Amino acid sequence: MAYLDHAASTPMLPEAVEAVAEAMREVGNASSLHATGRRARRTVEESRETVAFALGARPSEVVFTAGGTESDNLAVKGIYWARRALGRTRILASAVEHHAVLDAVEWLVAHEGASVTWLPVDDLGRVDVDAFEEALGDDVALATVMWANNEVGTVQQVRLLADLAHEHGVPFHTDAVQAVGQLPVDFAAAGVDALTLTGHKLGGPLGAGALLLGRDVACTPLLHGGGQERDVRSGTLDTPGVHGLAVATAIAVERQPATALRLQALRDELVKRVVDAVPFAVYNGDPVHRLPGNAHFSFPGCEGDSLLLLLDARGVEVSTGSACSSGVARPSHVLVAMGQDGTAARSSLRFSLGHTSTVEDVDALVEALPAVVERARR
Amino acid sequence: MRLLAAMSGGVDSAVAALLAARSGHDVTGVHLALSQSPAALRSGSRGCCSREDARDAARAADVIGIPFYVWDLAEQFQASVVDDFVAEYAAGRTPNPCVRCNEKVKFAAVLDRALQLGFDGVVTGHHARLSSGVLSRSADLEKDQSYVLAVLSPEQLAATVLPLGAMTKAEVRSLARSEGLAVADKPDSHDICFIADGDTAGFLRDRLGSQPGDIVEDGVVVGSHDGAYAFTVGQRRGLGLSRPTPRYVLSIEPVSRTVTVGPAAALDVSTVFTGAPVWSSPRSLPLECSVQLRAHGAVHDCVVTPEGAGWSVALRSPARGVAAGQTAVLYDRDTVLGSATIRSTT
Repeated sequence: MAYLDHAASTPMLPEAVEAVAEAMREVGNASSLHATGRRARRTVEESRETVAFALGARPSEVVFTAGGTESDNLAVKGIYWARRALGRTRILASAVEHHAVLDAVEWLVAHEGASVTWLPVDDLGRVDVDAFEEALGDDVALATVMWANNEVGTVQQVRLLADLAHEHGVPFHTDAVQAVGQLPVDFAAAGVDALTLTGHKLGGPLGAGALLLGRDVACTPLLHGGGQERDVRSGTLDTPGVHGLAVATAIAVERQPATALRLQALRDELVKRVVDAVPFAVYNGDPVHRLPGNAHFSFPGCEGDSLLLLLDARGVEVSTGSACSSGVARPSHVLVAMGQDGTAARSSLRFSLGHTSTVEDVDALVEALPAVVERARR
Repeated sequence: MRLLAAMSGGVDSAVAALLAARSGHDVTGVHLALSQSPAALRSGSRGCCSREDARDAARAADVIGIPFYVWDLAEQFQASVVDDFVAEYAAGRTPNPCVRCNEKVKFAAVLDRALQLGFDGVVTGHHARLSSGVLSRSADLEKDQSYVLAVLSPEQLAATVLPLGAMTKAEVRSLARSEGLAVADKPDSHDICFIADGDTAGFLRDRLGSQPGDIVEDGVVVGSHDGAYAFTVGQRRGLGLSRPTPRYVLSIEPVSRTVTVGPAAALDVSTVFTGAPVWSSPRSLPLECSVQLRAHGAVHDCVVTPEGAGWSVALRSPARGVAAGQTAVLYDRDTVLGSATIRSTT
C-alpha cells in the first residue's frame, strides 16, 4: 500500500505514541490542587514550554485546543467579537482558506453582522499583495491568510502581509497546520498575532492542537467554563494529547530542515515521473514557493473521484482535495479561486508526502497511474 | 463479477450489496449525492438525500466490508429529474420522478460510469426479479418495483443485478438484522425524495409562480385555481368546489390554464396512446397482455396495436384517472415486456 495523503493525516511519530501512552497511564486533572493534579499540570506546562520554544512563541501564548478547526474558529470568531465593539466589523480572508476559516467567516457574515472582503489569488494560488493592501482599512476587524495551502501547497508571504495589516492596526491570523514541520515557522519572527497548528499533521495525535495567540491580542472565548487556557478556552486539558502534541512538535521542528530537503527531492521525482507517465497532466500551484511534500495535478478529461477510486483499488491512497462531511467531491474552491473552471477543478488529485514516505510509494503511484488515467478519461 | 452497488442508506440497497458480496462478487459501494444542499439529518419519509443517509450507507458498507465512495450526481439529478418534474407538471402532465431517476440517473449516468471504470454492472436494492435479462415482479407484491424499472433497455438490464427479487421486505429486514446492519429497522421511504415536506403543490408553486385559471365543467366555469400544475388527472381533493357529488379532474389544458372536472364516471378511460416504447422483452404486435398505468396501480387486460411511433392500448376494462406523463408498462403475467410514456387517453 502506498499512502500519499500525509496532508490529511500523517502517521504518529513513535516518540509521540509513547508520550501519549505514558501520559494515559497517569491519573490526574491538571487543574486539581493535590500532588496528582500537580503532576498532570507539570506535564501540561512542560508541553506548553516545549511547543512555545519550538515555534518562537512565549509559553503564555500557547492556547491548547482540540485541533485545527477549533483553533481557526477561536481565532476568527474570537478576535472578530473582541474587535466588533470597536466598530471594526470587516474581515479580510483569502479565497483559498481551509473550510475551518472560510465557513467561520461566512457564519459571522450571516449571523454576527460581519462583512468580508475575499482576497483574490493569482493562478499559482498566491494572495495578491496589492489587493490585500487596498482592502485594509480602519473598519477591518482582522485579516486571516493561511501560511501554506492544504490543497495546492502554495506558501503565502505571511510576514509581508502581517506587517501591512499592522500598519492599519489590524491583527493577523494564519492557519499554519500544513506548514509546521515542513517549513520553518517562527511565531515571533513572522510577526503574526495568531497561528493555528494541529498535532495530526506533524506526527502528533489527532484531536490535539493549539492556537498561538499574542499576549496583547483580545479574543472572546468560544467555550466557556473553567477558563483553563488563559480564560480564552475552557475545558479540562487533555494531558496525553497535549504531551503527544508537544513531543511531536519538538521533533518535527528539529527535523524540519532535513525533512524538507528529503521530501522536496522525493516530491520533485514524483512530479517528473507523473508528467513522464501522463504527459497531459497539469501541475498546479506555485512551483517554487510550495510545501515540500505537496504535489497537485489536474488530469483534464478525468473525474478526480474516479481516479481516486481506481487508485484506491490498486492500493494507492490519494486525495481529491479537501473532502466535506458527506464525502462528496465538490469542485475545489481553491482551484476555482485560481481561475480554473468547475470541470478542471473536479479533475484534480493531491499527492502529499510525509515523514514515512519512500521512493517505493512514488514507484507504486507511477506504476498504477497511466492505466488508471486511461480508464477514467472520457 | 466486479459490481458497483448503489447504496441509498436504506435497508434494501444495503442487503442487496451484502448479498452480492456474499455470493462472491467483487463489490464496491457508492452513495449517490443527489441533493444540491443536503440536510444533516433525515426528516419525514424521505429516504436518500440527507448526510445521515450517506453515513448510514457508509456504515453498511463498513459492516459488509466493501470499499465505499460518494458520487456527486446532484447536477444530473437536478437536470434529469427535478427540472423535468417541474416542466412536466407545467405542461399539464403527471411525471413519475422515480421512473425518470432510474432511467436517467441510476441506470444511465451511474451505469455508464461504472462500466467506464471497469465494473461489469450495477447492483441495486429494487424489489423485482431479474433473471437472464428478463424482468418480472418481486416475490413481495406489496413492494414490487418492476413498474419503475420497466423503462430500462435490454442493454441496461444485462448490466444489472437485483438480488432481492425472491425476498419479501420482512425477509430483507430480518437478514439485515442478523447480519448486524444498523439500517435493518430504518423506515421505508415513500414521498418524493426532493420535496422535503411532501407538499408537491407548494413545491411547484415556488418554482412556477401563480398562474390563475378556470375550473370548468361541461363548458361552464365552476371555479378558479392558482395554477393548473397543482392538479393531476383523477384528483378529487383541493378543488374548492361545493357540489352535491364529488368532482374529479378530468383533464388539464396548460396553455389556457383550464382544469376540466366532472363526475367519477367521466374519468373512465378505454384506450391509452403512448410515445415510443422501450421493450425489455420484445414481442410483436398486435399483442394480448396486461398493462399497469401507474405505480402500485391496478392491472388491466388489454390489446396493444401500433399507433404512430408508439402504442394504442385498448383496455378490456375501463381504467380510472389515467394521467398523461405516467408510464404504461406491459406485463405477461408477472413478466415485464416493455414500457412507454402515456401521451393521451380516450
